[in-house]
Amino acid sequence: MGRYMALDGNSATAEAMRQINPDVLAAYPITPQTSIVQTFSEFVADGLVDTEFITVESEHSAMSACIGASAAGGRVMTATSSAGLAFMWEVLYVAASTRLPIVMPVVNRALSAPINIHCDHSDSMGARDAGWIQLFSENAQEAYDNTIQAVRIAEREEVRLPVMVMSDGFITSHAVERVEIEEDEAVKRFIGPFQPTYPLLDIDNPVTYGPLDFYDFYMEHKKQQAEAIKRAKEMVIEVGEEFGKTFGRPYGLLEGYRLEDAEVAVAVLSSTAGTARGVVDDLRGRGIKAGLLKPRCFRPFPSQEIVEALRDKAVVGVMDRSDSFGALGGPLFMEICAALQVQGVRTRVVDYIFGLGGRDTTPDQIESVFCDLLQIAETDKIERLVNWLGVREGKQEVVTAA
Amino acid sequence: MATALKLKELSKREERLAPGHRLCAGCAAPTIVRQVLLAIDEPVIVATATGCLEVSTTIYPYTAWRIPWIHNAFENAASTLSGIETMYRSLVKQGKMKERDIKFVAFGGDGGTYDIGIQALSGALERGHRLLYICYDNQAYMNTGIQRSGATPHGAWTTTSPAGKVIPGKPQYRKDLTAIVAAHGIPYVAQASPHRWRDLMQKVRKGVAAEGPAFIDVLSSCNRGWRHPTNMTMEVLRLAVDTCFWPLYEVERGEWKLTYRPKEKLPIEEFLKPQGRFRHLFKEENKHIIEELQAEVDRRWEALLKRTGKA
Repeated sequence: MGRYMALDGNSATAEAMRQINPDVLAAYPITPQTSIVQTFSEFVADGLVDTEFITVESEHSAMSACIGASAAGGRVMTATSSAGLAFMWEVLYVAASTRLPIVMPVVNRALSAPINIHCDHSDSMGARDAGWIQLFSENAQEAYDNTIQAVRIAEREEVRLPVMVMSDGFITSHAVERVEIEEDEAVKRFIGPFQPTYPLLDIDNPVTYGPLDFYDFYMEHKKQQAEAIKRAKEMVIEVGEEFGKTFGRPYGLLEGYRLEDAEVAVAVLSSTAGTARGVVDDLRGRGIKAGLLKPRCFRPFPSQEIVEALRDKAVVGVMDRSDSFGALGGPLFMEICAALQVQGVRTRVVDYIFGLGGRDTTPDQIESVFCDLLQIAETDKIERLVNWLGVREGKQEVVTAA
Repeated sequence: MATALKLKELSKREERLAPGHRLCAGCAAPTIVRQVLLAIDEPVIVATATGCLEVSTTIYPYTAWRIPWIHNAFENAASTLSGIETMYRSLVKQGKMKERDIKFVAFGGDGGTYDIGIQALSGALERGHRLLYICYDNQAYMNTGIQRSGATPHGAWTTTSPAGKVIPGKPQYRKDLTAIVAAHGIPYVAQASPHRWRDLMQKVRKGVAAEGPAFIDVLSSCNRGWRHPTNMTMEVLRLAVDTCFWPLYEVERGEWKLTYRPKEKLPIEEFLKPQGRFRHLFKEENKHIIEELQAEVDRRWEALLKRTGKA
């Protein structure tokens, strides 16, 4: 039996890490991730974990040390945010392409400039093509649950890929919630022991990691990698089901809320899904057939499942907490549009860029999105394909202190 | 008993870097690597920074490494190796792995060590990992085609410090990385050259025996970049040492010690003359650069003599 605790998202994540008890953790402080490594440092200092903690001098070295440690042959974790993830960019690809099952909580935060410490998804969206599995968490409970599941998914023989577990900076990371923490032994049983493959520390069977790989083999290796992350989809489902059977909280690739019979729906990742759920209930109370789609797994992208979930909707409003500058729209919008298009589904889709740099997103704003969707359904006309939610347009007057 | 540092004994040992790698004829890097690995009797795990050594020894599906080896990226050999060393300690501590006296060795060129990798190196040294970092310093980015680095000497021609009409070669002086590393206060730091192989190998033995990080800066000639015949590699390195351009010394637990002092300190021209990268310095209008170089060599040599108590 688990126990209920009042924890913020970062403490819940740190609890999961304590229970996972990785052999090596290499991490660097960055707001809003810092309290994860701070809490974990206490576990190390108090002997509550066996982990060797490498207090690196940068995130680039954090990921580099994780790569070395993982290739050496053990369970490895780190955690980061924003600029830290951006600084890792080069070696994120090395971790994935070397097929190292590293698990990394990413507490989402805006990228500079201007510098901003609050939540948006531009950091993890910037890393979406790096070859990592990406799981988004709505709240502290999901951050905890996803971190535990990530270990199983990453280490599956069919996968052997690193996993990022996202949670919203400050909104989730620093807000205290009721979280069910499972028993240490139960978590240990669920994740099982680490099974090394080709460990560097096996002195008697030397292996070469990271060779020069040219046009004669590179593409075959990339194809294997592409197939591995595709296979990961089934593993995310399997591990999510098993987690449900073990702990009573099942997980899938995505979650629909009052979606089945909905005419209009909003698709959104992470904590804003919680706010949207309330709006859906409110609209349903007023006889409007509103629904919500919350993708949990962004990489691999569950195209087929999303198409099935949205196939019969009149209009879908995608809410993107980051922009892909110069592209058709935000990353989630583009993925959903592409998935529908290739299946020949004619569902209308519009995009809403929202919540950048931690801008509050209120139920009123989400309701206004639904109002737009209803109007589009009625008129069959889209006035603006990409909308910025809650932004002041035009030149802003800046008032400074006298 | 450690293998005696005698050619007869060493020649019986299996080479850990196999022949058939594709480094250039006359390149000093593989000689250095073989000397380093032959000096260590214990099992070794190697991390290598991006560079000539890495690309020429592991062209997939081949590898010249008979020992566990990893390449991660250009700037992170030190942090990658610190991860491996830490995993070893963690697994042994937890009883998940039998204790073995494994030595952890990194190889990086001057670009990957003096410049882009200095942060990762400094961090790993400060954290105190038990590892030996070998910089094979050929004084430019040779793998990308001879670009100037923080290790390139004053006045040298490279493709990004060309000997132009207005700017004749590299305007700046080289960084003294060995002294920078020594300032970290780690147990063992040294400078070496493969032409004095026994000195180099003794330093490697001290490095891997140290209770903490060790660093050896090894001068390595690249005949493509230095512009000398392929059979002159060891001779040019000897001249670097005998002109006191590249002194051989060690810093053991803070004690600075010369390990070789040339009987006669040769003028810097002796080192410059055989190398095409310095040819332009012998033109009348550039001769002042040779004087500047000599003054800098003298200044650094005098400072080293003071530090080693030999002044």
